[in-house]
Amino acid sequence: MSDLPPPYTALTRHPMMARTSHDEAARFNFLTHFNRYLSGTIGQGNRLAYEKRVLPAFIEEHGREPEHRYEIRDAMNQDPWHRMWSALKRNSMEMRQHNGRQTVLRQLDELDAQARQFNEHSGLLELDPAVEQPHYQTAVDIHCQPGGYHTEAHPGDVTVGANYDVGLFATTGGALGGLNDGGGQAIVEWLKKERPDWKPARILDIGCTVGHNAVPLAQAYPEAEVIAIDTAAASLRYGAARAAALGVKNIKFIQASGEDLSRWGDASFDWVQTTMFLHELSSKALPKILQESNRVLAPGGLIFHIEQPEYTDEMPLYEQFMRDWDAFNNNEPFWTALHGQNVKQVMADAGFAHEDQFAVGVRAVADPEIFPPSPDEGEEDYGRAAKWNAYGAWKPMARSEAA
Amino acid sequence: MSETMDWVEASARRAKGKRPDYFDEPALDRLYSTVFALVAEVSALRDRQDTIERLLDEKGTLRREDIEGYMPDRAASDERGLSTRAYINRIMRGFQQAVEAMEADDPPIPEIVEKLSRE
Repeated sequence: MSDLPPPYTALTRHPMMARTSHDEAARFNFLTHFNRYLSGTIGQGNRLAYEKRVLPAFIEEHGREPEHRYEIRDAMNQDPWHRMWSALKRNSMEMRQHNGRQTVLRQLDELDAQARQFNEHSGLLELDPAVEQPHYQTAVDIHCQPGGYHTEAHPGDVTVGANYDVGLFATTGGALGGLNDGGGQAIVEWLKKERPDWKPARILDIGCTVGHNAVPLAQAYPEAEVIAIDTAAASLRYGAARAAALGVKNIKFIQASGEDLSRWGDASFDWVQTTMFLHELSSKALPKILQESNRVLAPGGLIFHIEQPEYTDEMPLYEQFMRDWDAFNNNEPFWTALHGQNVKQVMADAGFAHEDQFAVGVRAVADPEIFPPSPDEGEEDYGRAAKWNAYGAWKPMARSEAA
Repeated sequence: MSETMDWVEASARRAKGKRPDYFDEPALDRLYSTVFALVAEVSALRDRQDTIERLLDEKGTLRREDIEGYMPDRAASDERGLSTRAYINRIMRGFQQAVEAMEADDPPIPEIVEKLSRE
């Protein structure tokens, strides 16, 4: 099996996917290779620069080793190699956005019309203009995606959702599979092994963006009803149309904030899911969302989060610093604070007792014949490899029912 | 394309959030952006040329829509992928060799010159 990344044209072309010209696809192919080169072939330059000159100079100056990842960051940001490497990486992110936006915006009228048609007929979309965009979504444009996940290019459009979907391939090296849904597929694979006979009736996915990780849940549990929520209408419009285009019927995309689930009653879901979402929040929003999740989760139900690894005391400070790159260079401002805190404790404070919590490692599930996994050897592409830390809790049955 | 929107201009807008300065000289930051956009364009042109050659090989004639709709099979895609990898290695030689040099820690050449003149 080749360890070269798959070509962009191997992606599944569902009806909502923006059509790429030959050269637009070729630019994404270049970026896929370029990203692998930056993290693989020359990524080790960061470690060498740190060990050979930045760390010795730090010790010389301070008479001790760094005690926090921020100290390493301040020192590395003065290092010529790390500055060059960061400039390359930042440009790669920006080029991905630019190519995605050119692709989408030149055909926006068709995409908008297509989405409107799907959404009018499917009944999968429910928008609520009263939902405000939280400050942690508008402070910066997350992932350096111009307009973030919420801004409209014109009223009612699908630009940001379509751009997210069309370019995800380039930043993940194609490791998420033909529908960019390897994360959702990974959840399903884990759960089917863990609880083969479990039949959740109602599933809530919080922070679903375009639903690429929520749709696999609906497909794997066709008798369940999936509610996928997000505050960003511009992403939901695309996500609902994409799900309809894929023929999925048991999912609904609803504009709502995870901080306020008041429209749903206590114990109204069997499963609450977040996928790569918690690091897009803020310190005050995180506990609120977990508390609301606890309230709407039925006894015996599952809360499950796919995330990046926590920065534990066992994780070397250098690795923490490298994993933090996105926080400071790719507009992921809560990334460093989230991974620096003890989420198990935040979960416990929200009502998920320590003894009910668990953690597992999962990796993207994609057809390996077409989408070979990213190579494991060499430097990891910190935070972008298609393997994740997953944690959650099974909510105990209520005492009276368990008795 | 929306009638009221210039898609070329709209595509280029920046993401909200202050961009880090990677170099002391702002011109260098701008230069990186231009050079690597060009690098990507050359890569796309190389793929396009490969597509044209493959279509001509196979059919002997060429239509634009065939180029736009071309989907390489696994073998063609691996050949192109390898070619892209080799291309990136050529244009990135300076960066890669700087990493090698960090590892090697060679003494400055004048030191060797001096040493050979003595020993």
